[in-house]
Amino acid sequence: MTEPAPAEQFDTLEQQRHAGLMGMWVFLITELLLFGGVFGAFTVFRVQHGEVFAEAAHHLDLMLGTINTVLLLTSGLTMALAEQAVGVRRRGLGVFFLLATILLGIVFLGIKAYEWHHEYTKQLLPVLDLPFNYPGEHPEVAELFFNFYYAMTGMHAAHMLIGIVILGVMAALIAGWRAPAKLDRQIHIVGLYWAFVDVVWIFVFTVLYLLRG
Amino acid sequence: MTVASHPENHHREHDYPEHYLSSNWTLRGWLLTVDHKRIAWLYTVSITGFFFLGGIAALLIRLELITAPGDLLSAKVYNEMFSLHGIVMVWFFLIPSIPATLGNFLMPMMVGAKDMAFPKLNLLSWYIYTVGGIFTLAAVLAGGVDTGWTFYTPYSSLFSNTSVIAAATGVFVVGFSSILTGLNFMVTTHTMRAPGLTWKRLPLFVWANYATGLIMVLATPVLSVTLLLMGLERGLGIGIFDPALGGDPLLFQHLFWFYSHPAVYIMILPAMGVVSEIIACFSRNPVFGYKGMVLSIAAIALFGFVVWGHHMFVSGQSLYSGILFSFFTFLVAVPSAVKTLNWTATMFRGRIWFSAPMIYALSFLGLFTIGGLTGVFLASLALDVHLHDTYFVTAHFHYIMVGGAVTAYLGGLHFWWPKMTGRMYSELWSKVAALALFIGFNLTFYPQFLLGYSGMPRRYHAYPEAFEFLHVLSSLGAGVLAIGYLLPLAYLAWSLWKGPRAPANPWDAYGLEWRANSPPIEHNFTETPRVTGGPYAYD
Repeated sequence: MTEPAPAEQFDTLEQQRHAGLMGMWVFLITELLLFGGVFGAFTVFRVQHGEVFAEAAHHLDLMLGTINTVLLLTSGLTMALAEQAVGVRRRGLGVFFLLATILLGIVFLGIKAYEWHHEYTKQLLPVLDLPFNYPGEHPEVAELFFNFYYAMTGMHAAHMLIGIVILGVMAALIAGWRAPAKLDRQIHIVGLYWAFVDVVWIFVFTVLYLLRG
Repeated sequence: MTVASHPENHHREHDYPEHYLSSNWTLRGWLLTVDHKRIAWLYTVSITGFFFLGGIAALLIRLELITAPGDLLSAKVYNEMFSLHGIVMVWFFLIPSIPATLGNFLMPMMVGAKDMAFPKLNLLSWYIYTVGGIFTLAAVLAGGVDTGWTFYTPYSSLFSNTSVIAAATGVFVVGFSSILTGLNFMVTTHTMRAPGLTWKRLPLFVWANYATGLIMVLATPVLSVTLLLMGLERGLGIGIFDPALGGDPLLFQHLFWFYSHPAVYIMILPAMGVVSEIIACFSRNPVFGYKGMVLSIAAIALFGFVVWGHHMFVSGQSLYSGILFSFFTFLVAVPSAVKTLNWTATMFRGRIWFSAPMIYALSFLGLFTIGGLTGVFLASLALDVHLHDTYFVTAHFHYIMVGGAVTAYLGGLHFWWPKMTGRMYSELWSKVAALALFIGFNLTFYPQFLLGYSGMPRRYHAYPEAFEFLHVLSSLGAGVLAIGYLLPLAYLAWSLWKGPRAPANPWDAYGLEWRANSPPIEHNFTETPRVTGGPYAYD
């Protein structure tokens, strides 16, 4: 199999690969800071209103959150397998693992949507002037918690959605299988993004669902 | 799209070989270009438009302030005018100015590369910039925004009935263009350097833009999320900053200045890079203390992240935070002073050539020094209580951001104009313009130090008559300053058609960009340059 020429601005393929990977890493750092801003703000209020936030966390569905965590981590595994499959030029296997990753992602978002709906019916979704009916003490502080919950999970879900679209494009490209070497580079970069979405969820899950003591 | 290089034309400079401007001169060839040099032009044209728009708002403000009673603009329109001026100048002119225009044009050339690492991303960043810009502009012009350029809560969240979300969305969008540019700079510097171009041989302009890229990448996302939260608060009723919902308006300021103070260094670091190149070339001396200059750039970029609290000395943050932020702010003065002294030392015993770029660079040196020293006043807690939100602050940051960044931008534009266009401009007129800028600038903003020191607050459209004389001086200066800005527009445009053709290296300068033709061919160099020495081999 002949290696294709690098893009016009590069001298070698190695240089191009290096640049592509570094570009994605730098981009992920910006993403980390994007979430970092919200995490920072959340931390301030978590320290200020520790008890109320801990109490409010009890109103989230820990079971669904845990299932989602398992789903997402599994999707991380299938994504890694997809990368390996493309690396050893197994096209069919690559497409299979990518589709599996996409499916897991979609189920994750489905469960997330169900959770939001659940909170909506319990009147715990304080957006768009919806009624907020919190059974515990300090409802105004609890409202702040749910605002953060909505903002953080919403931002994460938006990133998931973008990731699923990109994975879909990758699956279509791999099904076409025109430039395996290029696909190898690309799926590696996409894999980094997906891993990032995984990692962010671990933090979202921890600070929102698990910090309830 | 490939363009054959013409090595046989290489030595016939006056014959105009094929170059990046001559081939494919179509709308498509410009709007879909991935050539970093053309993208630099797209940016130059757009930011010039924004600059003059922001300038018109500034002139209206100065006209209003000629007389003590608020008789030209109503308080509401005045608020909208200074918001327009600030929003346009900060977000759409100052932040992209040097990196997106000169940086885009020169970074790949200075590292000996054919293009940026990600040319399509580069083009995308211009589109994002344009869309965001037009969006904000439409919002600001159609509805008007009266929050000031900072979008402080609760002005922006509870009390403003103007189109805050639309304007902030544009700023949010523009942030992505900034991030993409910074990312491209970083990756290009890391992966695209020509053989022999080690980190210790990089020109200071590259170092400065690299550090700027780092700040853009590390700081902009925090601004994005801040504006996002503010938008969610206004749009969906989510409360993060609203005390009625348990939130904290001060949190907005912390998050906002975590970006926006480093943003000042996004504006000033590339300017420092430009000035380093100009002063070395026109003093015919290597930059004094190259390593110290690089370390100072790094130190400024780093310290920039830990001083944001000096914007909040009187906001009610704790005294200890204030003391800490004051300390770090003083620290920034150290690398800044190192740079200023090294520029001065570079000129020492040099053969100084007072060309237009050099006059701009010297203006920068003077104005930046005044701006920096008055910054020390403001960094002192007790003095800041007196000076906070007065004209003293306005004067201080205009000395840094306009006297520094804009002056250096114009200096750089004059320095590299022959390379960018292949044409020379009028020497006489360029010197007149550079002097007009220096005189006009000082006449405009020096009186504002006095106004602020005697207690005149910012953002007032009417004031006691005692302040009138200084305001008249300031407005007069603004008129001179306007001439200093309009003149280059005229003679630079003239040079495009009528200017004498420029040789490859009109200033006899060092640096890889001067090894390329003027204007350069599409992929910059006919063959990849090899670097064997430092960047400033002036004797």
